[in-house]
Amino acid sequence: MIRVVLPQHLRTLARVRGEVTLDVAGLVTIESVLDALENRYPMLQGTIRAHTTKRRRPFIRFFACEQDLSYEPSNTPLPEAVMTGAEPLLIVGAMAGG
Amino acid sequence: MSSIRLLIGTRKGAFIITSDGRRKQWAVDGPHFGGWELYHLKGSPVDPDRIYASQTSSWFGQVIQRSDDGGKTWNPPGTQPEDLMGPDGMPKGESNMFLYDGSTETGQPLTTHQHYDGSQRPWEFKRVWHLEPSLTDPDTVYAGVEDAAIFKSTDGGKKWKELAGLRSAKGPLWQPGAGGMCLHTILLNTGQPDRMFVAISAAGSFRSDDAGQTWRPTNKGLMSKYELPDPDAEVGHCVHCIAMHPSRPHVLFMQKHWDVLRSDDAGDSWHEISGDLPSDFGFPIAVHAHEPNTVYVVPIKSDSEHYPPEGKLRVYRSTVGENEWEALTKGLPQQDCYVNILRDAMAVDQLDPCSIYFGTTGGQVYGSSNGGDSWVPIMRDLPAVLSVEVQTLG
Repeated sequence: MIRVVLPQHLRTLARVRGEVTLDVAGLVTIESVLDALENRYPMLQGTIRAHTTKRRRPFIRFFACEQDLSYEPSNTPLPEAVMTGAEPLLIVGAMAGG
Repeated sequence: MSSIRLLIGTRKGAFIITSDGRRKQWAVDGPHFGGWELYHLKGSPVDPDRIYASQTSSWFGQVIQRSDDGGKTWNPPGTQPEDLMGPDGMPKGESNMFLYDGSTETGQPLTTHQHYDGSQRPWEFKRVWHLEPSLTDPDTVYAGVEDAAIFKSTDGGKKWKELAGLRSAKGPLWQPGAGGMCLHTILLNTGQPDRMFVAISAAGSFRSDDAGQTWRPTNKGLMSKYELPDPDAEVGHCVHCIAMHPSRPHVLFMQKHWDVLRSDDAGDSWHEISGDLPSDFGFPIAVHAHEPNTVYVVPIKSDSEHYPPEGKLRVYRSTVGENEWEALTKGLPQQDCYVNILRDAMAVDQLDPCSIYFGTTGGQVYGSSNGGDSWVPIMRDLPAVLSVEVQTLG
């Protein structure tokens, strides 16, 4: 079971509270987690990565186990602690301020 | 008794404000989609409880929302449990997917447009600026987007298809204005359902006479002396808004970057009617519900100073639709006012007498139920208002 933490605006859009838990078949990567997430919550398609290219949106970041995974290839296996459910994958909106 | 529903899009959510036909007391519902930019909301003329909304974010991109109960509840079209049981199987999450038509079948390969630096860039979708529901079918709706293009949905917003013929109307010469290269105005016409008008910053106005399949520029008479090397170029003009009275679909009124103009031949030619306005720069333009020659604009000082001249918020009205304008000031701040009124932030209801409404970037929404002679603030202290639409119900 993979744990995913969404930013507040996407939790509202998907109508979920707290963490999302997903069953991910095969290798657990950012790509496979996002595939499972978008399959469960189709309204999230296009909000984290582009529809066709699957490229991460510029102001989205992926964190896990105190590491920034945003620049890793999307088919890189996620840390063991994420695969076991000990740690969540954090999908984060980049900081904004003024 | 009739009632009024205002649909207000702001930088940080949508607000729905309702009143009975007296338009004295207003009930506020919102914010909906708090924290998101709501560029535009508009209801179907056929089914007023069906409302489409453009919800956008620099972080999370474009979302289309739809309400089928007058704005009480909302859903991205095609993502509901009932869609699971539909003939199309699993929901596809395509309601926010705006893909430019690059297919060879339609003869419209993805083209390029001018960028700020003069280079050519391919079209890249950024957001939906304007939603225009069909006048006859609640499931059909048009979207004007940035980078400038028009999309159509015939299934209530679940899927969108570009009307790619528009980009053939000299698209490589279009260029973004300071706010981006956006298609912000879509005008439909019950009398001639195949005729449509759109306006684009900075490309100009365009007309289709075959339901959006082919388009041609309609900018003859526009002069952009300080914006274009060729002031009367066929395309490239920064048109800010176009308005039309449904009883006279061949008469159009335009607020351009600079200049207010009129066409009496469905856009084939335009002549300036700026007359004695204190500034002919501005964004919205609107027509009175029952007087097709009565037009409203809100002069703004300049393109680099997006606030009213002299710090006085004044709506100007022409009752002849030509060069004679009068300032409407009663109830509006006449000193130290430095707000802007954006292109989709003015609307007119259909009651008699009709009310005119507009929202400001300072978060106020004003209304006038006497043709503009006097104004009252309906809302104050909202986030910056991006759009105001009105529905006349019952």
